[in-house]
Amino acid sequence: MILLTHYLILSALLFVIGVGGIMINRRNLVVLLMCIELMLLAVNTNLVAFSHYLNDLNGEVLVFFILTVAAAESAIGLALIVALYRNRGTIEVDKLDSLKG
Amino acid sequence: MLQNYLPILIFIAIAIVISVVPLLAGLILGPRRPDVAKNSPYECGFEAFSDARMPFDVRFYLVAILFIIFDLETAFLFPWAVSLREIGSFGFYAMMVFLGILIVGFIYEWKRGALEWE
Amino acid sequence: MNFEIPNFALALPEIFVLTMACAILLIDLFIPKHAKTLTYLLAQITLLGAAILTFQQYGHPGSVTTFNGMFVLNNLAIVLKLFIYLSAFASFLYARSYLPKTKIPYGEYFVLGLFSVLGMMVIVSAHNFIVLFLGLELFSLPIYAMVALRRDEGICVEAAIKYFVTGAIATGTLLYGLSMLYGATGSMDITRVSEVIMQSSLSDELILVFGLVFAVVGMVFKLGAVPFHMWVPDVYEGAPTPVVLFLGTTAKIAALGLLFRLLVDGLQPLSVQWQDLLIIVAVLSMALGNLAAIVQSNIKRMLAYSSIAHMGYMALGLVTATPQGYGAALFYMITYAIMTLGAFGVVAIMNNAGCEASKVSDLRGLNSRNPWLALMMLLVMFSMAGIPPIVGFMAKLSILEALIGVHLVWLAAIALFFAVIGAYYYIRVVKVMYFEEPEDATPIKYPVDMQIAISLSGVGLLVLGIVPGALFTLCQAVFGATPY
Repeated sequence: MILLTHYLILSALLFVIGVGGIMINRRNLVVLLMCIELMLLAVNTNLVAFSHYLNDLNGEVLVFFILTVAAAESAIGLALIVALYRNRGTIEVDKLDSLKG
Repeated sequence: MLQNYLPILIFIAIAIVISVVPLLAGLILGPRRPDVAKNSPYECGFEAFSDARMPFDVRFYLVAILFIIFDLETAFLFPWAVSLREIGSFGFYAMMVFLGILIVGFIYEWKRGALEWE
Repeated sequence: MNFEIPNFALALPEIFVLTMACAILLIDLFIPKHAKTLTYLLAQITLLGAAILTFQQYGHPGSVTTFNGMFVLNNLAIVLKLFIYLSAFASFLYARSYLPKTKIPYGEYFVLGLFSVLGMMVIVSAHNFIVLFLGLELFSLPIYAMVALRRDEGICVEAAIKYFVTGAIATGTLLYGLSMLYGATGSMDITRVSEVIMQSSLSDELILVFGLVFAVVGMVFKLGAVPFHMWVPDVYEGAPTPVVLFLGTTAKIAALGLLFRLLVDGLQPLSVQWQDLLIIVAVLSMALGNLAAIVQSNIKRMLAYSSIAHMGYMALGLVTATPQGYGAALFYMITYAIMTLGAFGVVAIMNNAGCEASKVSDLRGLNSRNPWLALMMLLVMFSMAGIPPIVGFMAKLSILEALIGVHLVWLAAIALFFAVIGAYYYIRVVKVMYFEEPEDATPIKYPVDMQIAISLSGVGLLVLGIVPGALFTLCQAVFGATPY
């Protein structure tokens, strides 16, 4: 029997991988976008699991919205990365250092 | 409940075995005498022209960006279409409003020339 | 299943702004380049129209919900919306003559601004996690694009990427928290969540507290307070000044609306838990904001750190978890928005006149270059420092009063201590303006509308400081608190 807890642990793991990826990754901004997507997928796993165990559709509806809005979000992220590449010729995270203090 | 998943487990195990064993066998049993010609990427007998990992044209990104937005918004159309009988005319017009807003965005990107390749 | 037709009248301002924003987007595409002012005028008319529509709704006692309980309208939402329009109106006004001088696309700024305003309106009226999330994204996504509007400027794009990444993490964390709250209570309706927590003795259940912590982290990110403040100085420095005006004022009011909806309406029964979290956030923000601002030489960065400190003071109002405290926080946020409009307004005016205004030392001798502008900046700085009789003093005082009212005297003492430290760098700006010689003594000229706007924010701060009664009573009344 797969319990709710198992789903929660899975989604917590996904979430932590996402956050960890954002912290650790110093190379590529596209990987950063993937990590953000992973965080949102963790949330979706959570919501679907809760929705199933609570027998309530609200959670699944929110999953739909999160999926579509995440697409819009990554579209903006990609557009920003393209703009950055045209400016700097690089999309390395470490090179984002002209603003500090 | 968990027993239902046993065939899948067996399937995964067999798949791993089938995919790993030939590779390992080749690695262990095969003779290996590498030289420069063997290690270079094969390109119909020519020397390799350029690095295989060349960056994509940025225009592909633009198309991809525009695609994901319009592509995923259609995710709302399927549940809507299935339940149209139950949600009646209110549901119908709600979706028309949604599509109207999408069309506004479409007109914008068309007019701004985002759909032109050149 | 039959749908009841929702009461569209309650959401009329939102519908109006949406229709107008779409229309303006299309109109801007088809009008010739020299007629672009039309876009600006239409955007301002939209805000005015929305303000009139919202104002007519004022006076409903209690809360009314519609759209199957997804949308709520009460006096708090109305007051927040009105001040969102006001600060958006002022930001657009500064942008009118500023944008053509840079390479910022003219129409897009206003259209994105309007969509963002729409998202903020949805947030402050949200009564369900789904609507809350959609409002939050509709409010954030256009701002990411606005920060990057100067595509040719490396630092703008860099600031936008930093803002985008932190903002996306914030959304992810907030959603994770919301999903936990949903799992623990079984509902997404904000009032229902609060009822479920109250009825069952869930308040100490682990999953609930877990969700609460994540939700608070997400909101603190959006608010830009320590320890999730890293993006604030970079974004303020990198983004074009009209965009900073927009995101430093409207976005903060909307973030406060988000806090009110989630913490006060939804999670009031958990207040013991979130009070502790907010105390940490507030104290760290006041400390780091004020101390880091002292060493800044860039004026936009200095104002960014000062905004972090102000968010700390504002959070203190929420810490009290009493209606008086909420009222004080709302009052603080509104006056802070007016101060920010003044401070960045001065920067925008100087940039607009072709003067460099990136370093604090660029303000040298502002008094001899334009005495009125210097006087307005003086009022803003004194207000931020909390010097009587300007309204910043009243705002801080009401926060302290609310704190003492719930016997958190030690917190009030810390707030006072950091306010004194903070006064140093505000007064340094005043000293630079009045007692140092300008390097370039050409007078600063600016258009009439900017002059009216800057005068209104400066004089407004003074007038509100002398007679704060009306606004203060309003802020208290929306929470049903009786003023002292």
